[in-house]
Amino acid sequence: MKKIALALAALFALTVPGSAALQVDVNQGNIQPLPIAIPDFIGDPQGANIAKVVRADLERSGLFKPLDPKSYVEQIKSINAAPTFANWRVINAQGLVTGQAQAQSDGRLRVDFRLWDIYGESQMLGLQYFTQPENWRRIAHLISDAIYERITGEKGYFDTRIVFISEGGPAKNRKKKLAVMDEDGANPIFLTRGDYLVLTPRFNPTAQMIAYMSYINGKPRVYLFDLESGRQEMLGNFPNMTFSPRFSPDGNKVAMTLENGGNSDIYVMDLRTRSYTRLTTDPSIDTSPSFSPDGKQICFESDRGGSQQIYVMNADGSNQHRISFGSGKNGTPVWSPRGDMIAFTKQGGGAFHIGVMRPDGSGERVISNGWEDEGPTWAPNGRVLMYSRTLQGGRGSQIWSVDVTGRNERRVITPGDASDPAWSPLIQ
Amino acid sequence: MTRFSGLLKFAALSAALALAACSSKPEAPPADNGPPPAQTDNSAPVQSSSIVPGSAEDLRVNVGDTVHFDYDKYEIMEADRSVLQRQASWLAKYPSVRVTIEGHCDERGTREYNLALGARRANAVKEYLVSLGVANGRLETISYGKERPMCTESSESCYAQNRRGVTTITGGASS
Repeated sequence: MKKIALALAALFALTVPGSAALQVDVNQGNIQPLPIAIPDFIGDPQGANIAKVVRADLERSGLFKPLDPKSYVEQIKSINAAPTFANWRVINAQGLVTGQAQAQSDGRLRVDFRLWDIYGESQMLGLQYFTQPENWRRIAHLISDAIYERITGEKGYFDTRIVFISEGGPAKNRKKKLAVMDEDGANPIFLTRGDYLVLTPRFNPTAQMIAYMSYINGKPRVYLFDLESGRQEMLGNFPNMTFSPRFSPDGNKVAMTLENGGNSDIYVMDLRTRSYTRLTTDPSIDTSPSFSPDGKQICFESDRGGSQQIYVMNADGSNQHRISFGSGKNGTPVWSPRGDMIAFTKQGGGAFHIGVMRPDGSGERVISNGWEDEGPTWAPNGRVLMYSRTLQGGRGSQIWSVDVTGRNERRVITPGDASDPAWSPLIQ
Repeated sequence: MTRFSGLLKFAALSAALALAACSSKPEAPPADNGPPPAQTDNSAPVQSSSIVPGSAEDLRVNVGDTVHFDYDKYEIMEADRSVLQRQASWLAKYPSVRVTIEGHCDERGTREYNLALGARRANAVKEYLVSLGVANGRLETISYGKERPMCTESSESCYAQNRRGVTTITGGASS
């Protein structure tokens, strides 16, 4: 991925820190989305597109209700003057975003925006960005992140990417391609052509590297894909299948599964030395490892107790203990980047759902409603998840998202059928 | 000829399916449809003279390339032992043939778990063939998990077809 020059200039002097009149508590289970007005940014024609992307980002979050621009009674002429707050109260807006885009003499685009508290009659935030004009969508996502963070107190997740498997073709012989896209479905790029099966991609912590499973040359193995150079390499040289890769939080290791004589066990490979350590030795299926955000523990799944369940161990393989004791089978555990939850796939009653629980197994909740939902991935703020949804009867696969509270379940925009999403960290 | 061998294959598959679907699976949800019509004749299909002996089609049609498994299980079922015995005899007759055993699963397992389960199934077939005297070095395994279903309906009869081990020729066959 091309790194872009991005200058974050200054908080405007007008900003009133700590004026907490306008806020949204993301912990609440069922909230009213906050009505917010986001007129097209003035100046350069790209300003209208930027505002459109910001409106779409905030609407998708389920925490905001961007108001229809046709309802606005005041037209923004300058972003340096305070708006007439009464004009925005008339349409029940609680927040207002004003912005301006300007082409610079050096070819860059300058984008300014301000977030206003309509009832508090004050400016909450003002930021300025410089970028190459083709990066205007990223500026829009950065503005969405800034608004989300100012109002919810949580980091945003709009300036992120999703690596996933793009699917097509007949249900019995799906063509699967490795693909990446922006979090809102824009800019999809296909990294493989579909002439061999690819599965379960995951980003490293810098979002520059992808670990995934490929059947290229008829040998299912874990591969690394470097987005910067486009180079791929097989990870290790093992005689049998390797699968279910996941990076450590520092990006220096990959935990994955090696199959040998029909038995699957979890190993960790050090990417610098290429030495590997075996973590499980049980003659059962041990797979789907995922590190805790401090790197000290790994959650995984095993059927050593008779059915597929979730376990936690120390990163050196010690202290392996079961944590899932609810009904049915439980698998594909993924540790939240906040550390407070583990998301997983719950199988029972003929269907699969996404669930979350605390790392000690308590507080289990089911948060998705599909027929076959599996393989959760966390937004970098640990508040939203995406997952694969397979439709009943071979009618295809989709990516869906839901808040950790179980609210706001919705389909993610993808180019055609898609599965196995993995969320990038916030892009630096 | 093609149509004829297709019919033979279907008959052999139905026989295996009928048996696969008979064993009880306590954890499986109720089947939408009943098992396919009962057909208990599990003897070797009639040799078709138009198929080249020692070819991939010979293995598929006259020997039987597929065995089936119970839900979340990888033990070779009693009914499928004769299929593997025929495969072992056939491999003894054509010693230059090398095969890869594919392990497959139904959709009622998570993706990575099914890759592991498919590996168990492929390996179970391999070990059974080795126990019948086939040289280890002629047998490779590969797991496809739930990625290559035979049947795409969400029903027990479909799931039963998808839980399978398939012996495929990778080299040394007649053509």
